[in-house]
Amino acid sequence: MTVLVIAEERGGVINRASWESIAAAQQLGGPVTVLLPGAGVAAMAAALAAADVAEVVALEHEALGAYTPDGFVQALAPVIAAAAPALVVAAHTYQARDFVPALAARLDRALVTDAIGARVDNGRVVFTRQMFQGKVNADVVLEGPPPHVATFQIGAFRGDAVRKGGAAAAVRTAVAAVDRATIRQRPETPFREAKQAVDLTQADRIVSIGRGIKGAEHIPLAQQLATALGAELAASRPICDAGWVPMERQIGSSGQTVAPKLYVALGISGAIQHVVGMKGARTIVAVNKDADAPIFEIADYGIVGDLFEVVPAIIAALSR
Amino acid sequence: MKIAVCIKQVVTREWQVRIDDAKTWVRDRDASWELNEPDAYALEEALRLKEKHGGEVIAVSAGPARVSQVIREALARGADRAIQVEGDALATADAWATADALAAAIKDEHVDLVLTGLQSDDQGFAQVGVVLAERLGVAHSTIIMEVEVDASNAAPGLRVKRELEGGWFQWIAMPLPAVLTIQSGINQLRYATLKGIMAAKKKAVRVVAAPAAPATRQRITAIRVPEKSKATRVIGGSPTEAAKELVRVLRDEVRVL
Repeated sequence: MTVLVIAEERGGVINRASWESIAAAQQLGGPVTVLLPGAGVAAMAAALAAADVAEVVALEHEALGAYTPDGFVQALAPVIAAAAPALVVAAHTYQARDFVPALAARLDRALVTDAIGARVDNGRVVFTRQMFQGKVNADVVLEGPPPHVATFQIGAFRGDAVRKGGAAAAVRTAVAAVDRATIRQRPETPFREAKQAVDLTQADRIVSIGRGIKGAEHIPLAQQLATALGAELAASRPICDAGWVPMERQIGSSGQTVAPKLYVALGISGAIQHVVGMKGARTIVAVNKDADAPIFEIADYGIVGDLFEVVPAIIAALSR
Repeated sequence: MKIAVCIKQVVTREWQVRIDDAKTWVRDRDASWELNEPDAYALEEALRLKEKHGGEVIAVSAGPARVSQVIREALARGADRAIQVEGDALATADAWATADALAAAIKDEHVDLVLTGLQSDDQGFAQVGVVLAERLGVAHSTIIMEVEVDASNAAPGLRVKRELEGGWFQWIAMPLPAVLTIQSGINQLRYATLKGIMAAKKKAVRVVAAPAAPATRQRITAIRVPEKSKATRVIGGSPTEAAKELVRVLRDEVRVL
């Protein structure tokens, strides 16, 4: 099955998730072609050629230097239509979320987003994706003529599982057809907001809180547990949105990604946006009143119960 | 400024998901329903833009008859009127069919701006807003954390703050009309007041039948409860017993304390 991978770079660095997309494409069979849109990306394309793929194409245009959905859709649609692969894949990054649905619509082809797996069954690809906040998994198939388009959740495939080729793959530069005047978005320079005073990635132990904490008045309880464990306090997005815990302590796709020795999740359901930021923790403890909460899928130790009873009991047990 | 807000009715987060007999959808007949959270933030943003710049907010929802619940909710919070695109098949529709139904309802309204949440809590496609922009032929941007309207020019435009990964952001300018998908947490939500609920009863709701559904593009073949990737040890007993055992395990077995 011919697969075309759309790779992603920012500031001269290949997004790690692009290697995961290549691994996904290789697993589906191949031959695999990698397409890297941008301006001055030939060197990065050459780095991607270490993978065992048929070809890497640097799709160049100065208007692709700063990402815009209009520019990317315009550049990619004709190239994909001409290459006519069976499948187009990309990582489900914030950038892909911005342009891939428009690209599939422009091509008038079927798209599956945020898939966590794919297998070939009777010549067609069956994708697995999560629904209802990770409470169920669905097998889905795409209908209509190829190419079909798929984005894969970050971490669904392992970037280090990419098969390397004996020799570097062929690298080619193609000039994209982009009319700058038709790009409607005018992007400014990306910036970081929080001063990132807290580097949670260096913490050995983290106590993290979710919606189950119910109110700002209960934050001190979680802080007490963190202190007793010698841990940093962190939170899922809704807690930071509410202002109960500072934004720079947010774990998840829009916050920090951590891999501590111990991660204690209090009242966190385990929505994927949070899980991607902490599933690398060595030991995960979850306290949640809902026995079916997805967090228990990835927890090493679970206590099903009311955190307002369990947390004081843990603090008491630690003092002994 | 005329703003359409696309809202979806989803099962509540607390609802216990059960799989139906055909194993292709969930048994949601007895479910409780609510306004999809990111869409609630989109609605709030629309109301704030109207308060600042004047105009009208139209709530639009596509789904079975039950979505009138979230339409009433939106009207009670301050939307001026609503369009309900009714069709039973929309309950389980793919992103393409949903965007198609919304586009048909919105296109003749000639709105300046369409807002919707960045994704839904049920199927979570994160596609509908972007596909809708493509269908309407207007500019778009996604995962938006701030919206500024520049009405000083003859051709009014937007400047929006887009969230990137890992704590990065970017401002993007674009012309109107446009479609934006809104990130949760962009603002502080308001809730319906009694006065709002009363006023909502007098507001116009235009019910239109869903257009003929386009061919399915994504079909669900099976649904199941996820396989566990890890053996979780559930520690039982009273809170005190469980806490004691957890601390013992972390100290003596995992040796992380």
